[in-house]
Amino acid sequence: MALFGSFSLILALVLCVYTLLSGALALRQLAVARPARFSPERLVETSRRAGIASFIAVTAAALALVYLSFTDNFSIDYILHHSNRALPKAYKFSALWSGQEGSLLLWAWLLAAYGFVLRMRHKVDVKLTAYASTILAGIQIFFLLLLNFAAHPFAVVPGPMPQDGFGLNPLLQYPEMVIHPPMLYLGYVGFSVPFAFALGALMMRYPGEKWIHITRRWTMVTWLFLTCGIFLGAHWAYSVLGWGGYWGWDPVENASFMPWLTGTAFLHSVMMQEKRGMMKSWNVWLIFATFMLTVLGTLLTRSGLVSSVHAFAQSSIGTWFWAFLLIVFLVCLFTYLRQRDHLKAENRLESIASRESSFLFNNLILLVACFCILWGTLFPVLSEYFQGSKVTVGAPFYNRVNLPIGLFLLLLTGIGPLLAWRSTSFRSVRKNFFIPVAAAVFTAVVLLIAGVHPWKDQATLFAYIAFVLAAFVGTAISSEFLRGASVIRRNTGQNLLASMVQLARRNTRRYGGYLVHFGVVIIFIGIAGAAFNQEKEQELGFNDAMTLGPYRMVCRSYTQDSNANFDTEYALLDVYDGRGHKIAQLAPEKRFYHASEQAATMVAINSTLARDLYVVYAGKNPETDRPIIKAFLNPLVNWIWIGVLVIIAGTFLALTPNLEAAVAHSRARNRVPLAAPATSGEVMAEP
Amino acid sequence: MRLQSKFSRGLVRTWFHVACLGLLVFALGSADPAARFNNLGHKMMCQCGCNQVLLECNHYGCPVSPQMRNELQAGLNRGDSDDLILQSFVQKYGAVVLAAPMRGGFDNVAWIVPIAAFLLATLGVAFLIQRWRRPSLASPSGAAGAAPPPGSVLDRIRKETDV
Repeated sequence: MALFGSFSLILALVLCVYTLLSGALALRQLAVARPARFSPERLVETSRRAGIASFIAVTAAALALVYLSFTDNFSIDYILHHSNRALPKAYKFSALWSGQEGSLLLWAWLLAAYGFVLRMRHKVDVKLTAYASTILAGIQIFFLLLLNFAAHPFAVVPGPMPQDGFGLNPLLQYPEMVIHPPMLYLGYVGFSVPFAFALGALMMRYPGEKWIHITRRWTMVTWLFLTCGIFLGAHWAYSVLGWGGYWGWDPVENASFMPWLTGTAFLHSVMMQEKRGMMKSWNVWLIFATFMLTVLGTLLTRSGLVSSVHAFAQSSIGTWFWAFLLIVFLVCLFTYLRQRDHLKAENRLESIASRESSFLFNNLILLVACFCILWGTLFPVLSEYFQGSKVTVGAPFYNRVNLPIGLFLLLLTGIGPLLAWRSTSFRSVRKNFFIPVAAAVFTAVVLLIAGVHPWKDQATLFAYIAFVLAAFVGTAISSEFLRGASVIRRNTGQNLLASMVQLARRNTRRYGGYLVHFGVVIIFIGIAGAAFNQEKEQELGFNDAMTLGPYRMVCRSYTQDSNANFDTEYALLDVYDGRGHKIAQLAPEKRFYHASEQAATMVAINSTLARDLYVVYAGKNPETDRPIIKAFLNPLVNWIWIGVLVIIAGTFLALTPNLEAAVAHSRARNRVPLAAPATSGEVMAEP
Repeated sequence: MRLQSKFSRGLVRTWFHVACLGLLVFALGSADPAARFNNLGHKMMCQCGCNQVLLECNHYGCPVSPQMRNELQAGLNRGDSDDLILQSFVQKYGAVVLAAPMRGGFDNVAWIVPIAAFLLATLGVAFLIQRWRRPSLASPSGAAGAAPPPGSVLDRIRKETDV
């Protein structure tokens, strides 16, 4: 099976090289319009088919590795180091991405899968898809070269096959770990597609903005995957690492957050190009930068350049990534310089008080946030270079630098939708801002009365500002919904809820976007709750009690257990609320995994909308043999996960066609049911 | 008039008292040993290799963090200032023990560059807005020539104000 996997990888590489070369040759022939021995249309078609075949080859290689993991074939070095016989089946599957080689194979497979979808949907625009397919093949070649020559997943262990493997990292033995990495990689890898479309459109001097519509859709899907991946990672960190938080500004977290920021900036600024024909160069560079940041993030953590709890061991593949990044940058720069006259803006800014300028500031803030994170991530390397000593750039730095930026962004989230395109009159500003500002002032006063004093410390100050801004933005978004819905209600006589649903369906992009913004507001409220965290550590014997906030925890028992995969120590704690009612029983535990000889925490959480009671089994006092329990009271954490669900719902809504467009489309289809599809050549000549 | 100035002086005096009280509360708060332990413990990293802030390291049987916490507590018991405690940790464990660059010199660059980047970017956007608002000699392609028919104007407006 290992041999089959190796051959599949070589075959995939050959097919991708063919896709790239034949695609490039055909597109060159089309560009110069010179008569050629082979028809460029046929060459493009063979290139497309080779690209599809490469997906089948990479899939075969990935399945081969999964099969080797499930059959405990420890003669394969990768399986030996990332699996063991007692490992549950689900985690044997996740072993595919738990190490360097496997995760690169997952990357290549996802890229091939995206390429497969893109090539199957080539009739959307045959020529542009041909460009994108060729560029994707170039990216795929890099990953297949890595897999074939630098990080081979099917390398064989010399000598006889070991009896058992070294096991999977205990931190990865958690249900979310089965979906978090693929989701994150779907986001990471997915940015290759909008990148390929943008670069292709620039190379062919694509007329009009149709490529923007295609790219925007791909970007939104990718952005959604990345968002889900990032927050699944945050939830995993919260549930597994046991330090009471969900975001530690680790370089790997930063690496995923940076392309998210630039991708978000692109999704906003691209509207300027669609609506006003502005910011064309900016958009092209934003999508280029987003793709390059995904590569840079991977480079940072896989080359050993920065230390991270997630980082793979230092390896030689860093050089490969540097070379790839350089090539990508040069190709982008060369293409841009050659074609930049194609990217001239069609319109000019008419007023500072306009939606356009709010997008500009939104882009400014998102990019500054991205730069600050990149700066913090790279600063230890710079410090070592300039002053010979490495420094740590941890959470205190990022919190101090990025929290004000985040709050400013939150403010813009509220201001943007209240401004009109082109220009907003003072009267309109006053009318639109009155209710949101009143809500913000009201919240500020209520918070003061409730005892949230911003002068207490920096964390409370930021939390106070976040709550006030959340009220402002939440009201701004709600009033936009209500204003539109009440017009529909007046005209149709429907109730308010039905009017709001109809409103959202009439302009899914706008109201989907508002819903996403609403999700962001909810997340900010959740993050602000961290300013009021409490924690306590105490040794507990039988029936000993520990009080934290409104909760009282009584230790009913503590014991040990064992199975084939791990030994465990845990405590059983009854949790009572302020009125003395038992509300839950929590069982925090510590596990010790046999194969990897590593320990892991299993946190017990009692979660409500107001707060989480987060309990960690910190260890045993060797003198008394009694457990030491560490408990955290984390207010509003659930709001973060709810906010993510709202963002997902908003993105789905934004991806849905408008009601009128969908009806028109279905009418058109019913009217011309047997219309012959255009041939490749015809469509190719069209744009 | 005199009543008004009396009122103003009273207001200033009240604000002065409030400010003094605030400073006092802040100073007392920062002198609390538990608060100082918490504050300093969050300014340092555990050196066991877990990449976590000292007071957030919860590794099972971590060989380093309990010792570091004891050293921190000992420093506070001795009555050392925050700076002295941090300095003694840097001497023992190296600059990587600090959770953020704060030794002065090149470390300041870490804090200055983000602010500079923000200011430069703001200036850049302001410049961009200024340039875009300046009327150009060459008319934009859409506006060239005769005025477009009313239908296309309506279409354009619809397109531009759709979202």
